[in-house]
Amino acid sequence: MSRVLPYPLLSASLLVMWLLLNRFSLGHLVLGAVIALFAAQGLAALHPAKPRLRRWDLIPKLIGIVLYDIIRSNVAVSRIILQGKRRERRSGFITIPLDLRDNTGLAILAVIITSTPGTAWLDYNTSNGSLLIHVFDLVDESEWVELIKNRYEYLLMEIFE
Amino acid sequence: MSHAVDLPLWIALIVAFFLLLGAGLALTGSIGLARLNSFYDRIHAPTLGSSWGLAGVVMASMIFFTALELRLVVHEIIVGIFITVTTPVTLMLLGRATLYRDRSEGNENAPESDILEDANDIGR
Repeated sequence: MSRVLPYPLLSASLLVMWLLLNRFSLGHLVLGAVIALFAAQGLAALHPAKPRLRRWDLIPKLIGIVLYDIIRSNVAVSRIILQGKRRERRSGFITIPLDLRDNTGLAILAVIITSTPGTAWLDYNTSNGSLLIHVFDLVDESEWVELIKNRYEYLLMEIFE
Repeated sequence: MSHAVDLPLWIALIVAFFLLLGAGLALTGSIGLARLNSFYDRIHAPTLGSSWGLAGVVMASMIFFTALELRLVVHEIIVGIFITVTTPVTLMLLGRATLYRDRSEGNENAPESDILEDANDIGR
């Protein structure tokens, strides 16, 4: 099973993508399945570290929280930009000590922080796990540390570690 | 139905709403990119366009073509996923390059860190 299908999730995603890009038909189902199997074999040849998902049930919760936060910060950042210089605003850097070490979890955290307007991932130190981010509208530093640690990192650690 | 004219008004209104929302956010991001003062502030502005600016346009496109062709058209989601997943690569590259330059030039606005020293140790 694992030799034929080393990455079942990747193969399934590729097949779904193939069927979405083309119209659904039996021919495309077979062609897509063949491509998905070959692509998974190709990835297996690279021997990447295989991420383990421990808590599937928390993924929808994480997606919900992230989508809500992205909407909220979109509103906040566009308001600041459109107000121009009429409002005092202070941006700044924050260093956050992360406990998350899983590579996939860190990659997802990077996507979350980047796609939320108002926060930008700048640097991560692999030796002590400290993360440097830049915040567009910095009011309270500890509030941001709490937000990232309790809201995102906690869930990601539950899912991946 | 194959012409946009035949689209029911309420669908056209929903499509227009999402399209204007997405385009408006992308425009706001671009204004911010042009008007903000420092580099670190400017990297925040385009994320408006790559988050809900993108999502708005994707939603509008999905609703429009689903209603027009009378079948489920959702492949735009793939565009959204790929843009979301690849944005951090560029942004981190730009951010870290600026950080490196600011630190090596000794600019005051750059935060001090032990990361650069680590990198120097490896280089030695």
